[in-house]
Amino acid sequence: MFSVISNNSFVIAQVGIAAVVWFLLQISAAVMVYFERKVCAWLQQRVGPNRVGKAGLLQPIADVVKLLFKEELRPAAADPLLFALAPIISATAAFAAFAVVPFGGSTTLFGLLSEPLPLHVADVNVAVLVVFAITSMGVYGIVLAGWSSNSKYSLLGALRSSAQMISYELSYGMALAAVLVLANSMSLREIVNAQSGSLLGIPQFRWFVFLNPLGFLIFFIAGIAETNRAPFDFPEAEQELVAGYHTEYSSMSFGMFFLAEYINMVTVSAVTTDLFLGGWWFPGVPESLGWLVFLFKISVLLFFYLWMRWSLPRYRYDQLMSFGWKVMLPASVLNVIATAAAVLYFGL
Amino acid sequence: MLFYFFGALAVIASLLVIAQRNPVYSVLLLITSFGALSGLYVLLDAPFAAAIQIIVYAGAIMVLFLFVVMLLNTPHEDTDADEKTHPMLRPGPMRFGAAMAVALLGELAWALSRSGPTSTFSNTPVTSLSAIGYTLFTDYAFQFEVTSVLILVAMVGAVLMARREDQPGEKR
Amino acid sequence: MPSLNDYLILSAVLFTIGTAGVFVRRNLITILLSIEIMLNAVNLSFVAFGRAFGTVEGQIIVFFVMTVAAAEAAVGLAIVIALFRHRESLNPDAFTALKW
Repeated sequence: MFSVISNNSFVIAQVGIAAVVWFLLQISAAVMVYFERKVCAWLQQRVGPNRVGKAGLLQPIADVVKLLFKEELRPAAADPLLFALAPIISATAAFAAFAVVPFGGSTTLFGLLSEPLPLHVADVNVAVLVVFAITSMGVYGIVLAGWSSNSKYSLLGALRSSAQMISYELSYGMALAAVLVLANSMSLREIVNAQSGSLLGIPQFRWFVFLNPLGFLIFFIAGIAETNRAPFDFPEAEQELVAGYHTEYSSMSFGMFFLAEYINMVTVSAVTTDLFLGGWWFPGVPESLGWLVFLFKISVLLFFYLWMRWSLPRYRYDQLMSFGWKVMLPASVLNVIATAAAVLYFGL
Repeated sequence: MLFYFFGALAVIASLLVIAQRNPVYSVLLLITSFGALSGLYVLLDAPFAAAIQIIVYAGAIMVLFLFVVMLLNTPHEDTDADEKTHPMLRPGPMRFGAAMAVALLGELAWALSRSGPTSTFSNTPVTSLSAIGYTLFTDYAFQFEVTSVLILVAMVGAVLMARREDQPGEKR
Repeated sequence: MPSLNDYLILSAVLFTIGTAGVFVRRNLITILLSIEIMLNAVNLSFVAFGRAFGTVEGQIIVFFVMTVAAAEAAVGLAIVIALFRHRESLNPDAFTALKW
């Protein structure tokens, strides 16, 4: 045990990375809140937040302060234990999933470290399964919030959420399986490195989105459904269910659901980038600047999320179910079979 | 010692599952127990089993249970008479069953105390997923296909049974 | 380090808890949950045996048990829903119409 710690600077750097990731995830949620409002405003030809700070940049901080100072309410008929536990489960699952996601090559922090430090919190050789397992735990936060609130709207939101999650997890997993076939590995870092080859003569461009476009599409759509974003935001459909599963929540416990939603988006975008968009590889960019490329790719995906939310109307619930089971699932199964056949035949 | 931690967690959570009145709490405690079992699988160098334990059991089957519990929304479904008596003092089959469970435990403990290696594992563990996948799709390919048929049958059966019969001419 | 025996004892204890749950509880949902406990106890001993003998079969059987458990849960819960529609109860003693 102590022999590990003897390599002091490395351990400190590793702990530092965990802290930085944790901090950045929270910051990213604040940034996302800001851009959610701004993008919405732009799409509706408005200005958006512009009063707090320059160009409204301090708006997220004002939001957090407001949430912190609000009164924490709990319905008298609610189940106290589960009502308190639900937002914690949501936020924990959201943070934990990012732990196994690599977000760059390795760095020596400009020569500060003796050996290069890989940019991830933890490298697990079944990382893909771990991400999948942790995100599948996130549904319990929503379901328990809905049930423990003892409110009709919340319960309906929770019921919708559980059915939606199970349905879309299948196609999510099948799209993943196609990538595993292509990369021949379950470690996210190895999957990213499998995409560093050249495609059509362009180096570092063998991204799986080109080899497996249908899989990318399915994964992205299922990812939107998994994070409960529009047009699949049924658990919190405000026009039908007030606020869905978090109707009865206020103050920071509501804030935690909010945080969890945005961090889930960041995590799903990061995983999508690792699996399909070549991670930190980009033609002509050295690996040492990979984290910038990674950040850029995530930002593009996140902008897409916001764009969709403010452009597309919500599906009807039965449409969601029939789309998930009758279109997404058969398509993802076909995709796996086609990918496996192509790998066997062409030896990709 | 992680084994004793996870083992104790699994046993205590499972005991509380059958001691709870509220099925929602039962389901949650069972998820805790599954998490502990998943930890045990990691200790046994079986990361694949640990991962699918969480994904399939905790992530899918238990959500299904929770869904049904919430759909029926009956926190206290035991009859009034049962509510008042302690589980062990209830009449007939229940008391008999509890006694049988205790007898089963005694029997298993007796059988285990008489035989079995008490040394730690000496073999090298098989952790590679490709080894599992290869065996699954070659030696156990037939069983795999049969299981898929089973799942299909179960799905059709579940849809048929859970459907209301009093809706002739449903709109498609 | 725990030995194979330790894992088997733990598995036996869990299995017994599941059995007791099926007999003691009068709630269809909890009975189904107890069956899941029993299946998991068996899974644990399979994985432990697989580790002890250094084969992959232990984990493969776990895979099969889980698929069977999923099928069992789906059908079992469908039956529970159908029964609940008839009697508004989850107590198995309420469903004695076929008992002579």
